[in-house]
Amino acid sequence: MNILEVNHLHVSFSTYGGTVEAVRGINLQLEKGETLAIVGESGCGKSVTANAIMRLIPQPPGRITDGSILFKGQNLVDQSERTMRHIRGRDISMIFQDPMTALNPTLTIGTQLMEGLKQHKAVSKEEARQKALDMLRLVGIPNPKERLTQYPHQFSGGMRQRVVIAMALICEPEILIADEPTTALDVTIQAQIIELFERIQRETGVAIILITHDLGVVAKVADRIAVMYAGQIIEKGTKRDIFYHAEHPYTLGLLKSVPRLDIKEARLTPIDGTPPDLFSPPKGCSFAPRCPYAMEVCHEVPPIQTELEQNHHVYCWLQDKRGKALMAQTATKK
Amino acid sequence: MKQSKYQSTYDPKHVPDRWFAWQKQDGQSAETVSRPSLSYWKDAWRRLLKNKLAMAGLMFLILLCVLAIIGPMLTPYSVKETSLPNQFQPPSYEHWFGTDNLGRDVFTRTWYGARISLFVGIMAALIDFFIGVIYGGIAGYKGGRTDNIMMRIIEVLYGLPYLLVVILLLVVLGPSLLTIIIALSVTGWVGMARIVRGQVLQLKNNEFVLASRSFGAKTPRIIRKNLLPNTMGPIIVQMTLTVPSAIFAEAFLSFIGLGIQAPYASWGVMANDALGAILSGYWWTLFFPAFFISFTMFAFNVLGDGLQDALDPKLRK
Amino acid sequence: MLKYILKRLTIMGVTLWIIITLTFVLMVSVPGSPFNDQDRNTNDIVQENLERHYNLDKPYIIQYFLYLKSIITFDFGPSIKQSNHTVNDLLSRGFPISFELGMVSIVIAVISGVILGIFAALKHNGIIDYAAMTIAVLGISIPNFVLATLLIQKFAVDSNMLPTARWESVAHMILPIIALATGPMAIIARLTRSTMLEVLTQDYIKMARAKGLSPWKIIVKHALKNALMPVVTIMGTLLAGILTGTFVIEKIFAIPGMGRYFIESINHRDYPVIMGTTVFYSAFLICMLFLVDIAYGLLDPRIKIHKHDGDRP
Repeated sequence: MNILEVNHLHVSFSTYGGTVEAVRGINLQLEKGETLAIVGESGCGKSVTANAIMRLIPQPPGRITDGSILFKGQNLVDQSERTMRHIRGRDISMIFQDPMTALNPTLTIGTQLMEGLKQHKAVSKEEARQKALDMLRLVGIPNPKERLTQYPHQFSGGMRQRVVIAMALICEPEILIADEPTTALDVTIQAQIIELFERIQRETGVAIILITHDLGVVAKVADRIAVMYAGQIIEKGTKRDIFYHAEHPYTLGLLKSVPRLDIKEARLTPIDGTPPDLFSPPKGCSFAPRCPYAMEVCHEVPPIQTELEQNHHVYCWLQDKRGKALMAQTATKK
Repeated sequence: MKQSKYQSTYDPKHVPDRWFAWQKQDGQSAETVSRPSLSYWKDAWRRLLKNKLAMAGLMFLILLCVLAIIGPMLTPYSVKETSLPNQFQPPSYEHWFGTDNLGRDVFTRTWYGARISLFVGIMAALIDFFIGVIYGGIAGYKGGRTDNIMMRIIEVLYGLPYLLVVILLLVVLGPSLLTIIIALSVTGWVGMARIVRGQVLQLKNNEFVLASRSFGAKTPRIIRKNLLPNTMGPIIVQMTLTVPSAIFAEAFLSFIGLGIQAPYASWGVMANDALGAILSGYWWTLFFPAFFISFTMFAFNVLGDGLQDALDPKLRK
Repeated sequence: MLKYILKRLTIMGVTLWIIITLTFVLMVSVPGSPFNDQDRNTNDIVQENLERHYNLDKPYIIQYFLYLKSIITFDFGPSIKQSNHTVNDLLSRGFPISFELGMVSIVIAVISGVILGIFAALKHNGIIDYAAMTIAVLGISIPNFVLATLLIQKFAVDSNMLPTARWESVAHMILPIIALATGPMAIIARLTRSTMLEVLTQDYIKMARAKGLSPWKIIVKHALKNALMPVVTIMGTLLAGILTGTFVIEKIFAIPGMGRYFIESINHRDYPVIMGTTVFYSAFLICMLFLVDIAYGLLDPRIKIHKHDGDRP
């Protein structure tokens, strides 16, 4: 059962230079207890998507212009700010990229941990404290009792990110959105935090939306993957589908640009060019200007969704039978 | 669900077959820039033009400068010429802004005061700029021990009550236009030096400086070519905001009797002279100098704010 | 924290020493003797008192140390103009009034400025924001002595609603306090607004929103304390402004405070009063700056541990 369904979501920002369509019609499904990774280069709209689900897009300049976000059948796009406040933190939680700035420097860890709990549940002070201690233990912080009265600057980066995770999980939400949770951390700490995510999911059954540009992280924890490019999803499927049966030229390019230990002779190939300017997105496929297999159609008409297997979708004209024919023809010629 | 306005209406069947051919390599680069990129200064200027309040301030200041130059020539009266029979004349055709307690023409004196105020303000800003840039630039660029000592000195100076020191200096030096500017500059550069140092520190270790270093550029060249253009924004803003505070200081000093000496006029002197007169209802003696002090300061303040918004790329909306 | 306090104390001491030395240099560098002016007809008793107090017959260096000693023992010597009074008499008579005027003004300025700034930030780019910021820029632009005279014109001359002079009842206090508090209020309002706007974009505010806290709770608990820290840091500058502001306000409203004596002493070149008041006010301000720094240290938990480098923005 899907607990979260994003249909045809559009988000745009009006800026000094014009309107930017940061997210252009994406569809996502999240099942109970699974981990969905949204992957893409920076600026592709993945963070905007996360913020849109929480309804945390700064407004103005941002606006959800179209589409729906269904959380257990309830459309979050239409909810009042008051209703959203009950959902945020209690049903859907979010953690941010930089643990150094996500904690208020002037409040103790304990205060910041307990305030979310006090907001959503009728708990006594002692219960709240007990729960906060449990959470700190869950995320693996030693000496939780002393740590509770300390300030953020007394914690290291990795420890802070653990505290942030504890804060997000204290009300036992059903969905945790993690926006680049490991990007700002050292590599060794990254691995620990990723392991923590896995353990937490096992122990609490929370569904996780993991937003990252790091395919290594994705390979470790994701159940399903959605690849975003220029505000659109261009391919999505299970981890297996994406890593072994990817069809979209961009996904293939992305995989080739990541160092791999399992294939000996593989060389790292960067994708040429830069993502399109979202002030004036291309008329056809947004990847066409950089695509090594671009056909004329790609510049004219946006590609439609093709279902390759169950839940493995790709948006590419090469999947059209005429595109396939062209590929085959070219291959035999060579 | 409602039909989305963005829904793709293309049915692949309607896509002509001839489009399924490899794109021609017609040099269509992936890196075409579709938006003209603006240079920093052009962009800042464009944003400043959009700020109506700041532009109004700028217009006012330009007008004020023009009137400060030609204003006193528009009337047959001189600044110091007294005429007791004509004292406290209300504004009229002969005396556009009326006359004061000694029968002097307020219109003439107001523009004369504008010269003094603008001169003091601009000189103070320029002197602050030179001392501040040199001091702050050296402290920030040299860093380490030099910086430490220089900043301790600044910290001590920063604790000095600015106007009290200025008053003391003027008591010793005797009030005059020159001594006012000197007294204001002795303590005024500290703020500028702090800003410059902060900017330089922030930029010093940036990649582009390292890059020019690695090409063998010498220190003065690095300062001139890389550091200064990048630090100019906050410095310009600080200068714009120094002018009104110097104008205020001059008016304040004149008001307490340490400013420009009679018979010469500054706005502060005029306001001070008018103090007794307004109780008798001679409002114009106070109104005109008060209006122009306030509006000049207002104009500089809004222009400074406008420049700050325009020059700070972080605030780009 | 202790190290921080010690460092601040050292800087305070150096600053104060500079002021004292400066006043001494002033005294010896005034052309002729500052205490022997034919025009002023100082009488012989005063003359003798002065010479005794400042040891004018001794060499400069001895004079300097004796001067330092007299200041440390809080003895500022006699006044020239008011021959039967010492500077200490004037201070003990005038300072309480100036202190009352200044403190009431700064408290009012802080409270109203912070409230105005917060509202402007919350309604960013709205009508309230523009209105509040226009008021604030006007408040910064109109010098306090101009505002004071305008207020007298409006409320005392035109409508006779409020008394214009002296310092006797609450009604007497209203106009001087408005004149004195408006400028600092405007500065505080602008600063509060801009820091509040900056704080509101911080990740921890976003995090607090993601926790589902109400906007009110986010502002009071998460934003306000952080936004007020820069306000605390400029309190020293504002206090100095208020203090010099009392000079002119007391002059305009004929309030018998220290400021008015100070202005009179400047006009009469009453050097002992100028020197004594400058030293006293500087010491007072420097102590206030120190208290402000301590308050900042208490507000910001980071300062307790980290070495304070003394050049926060």
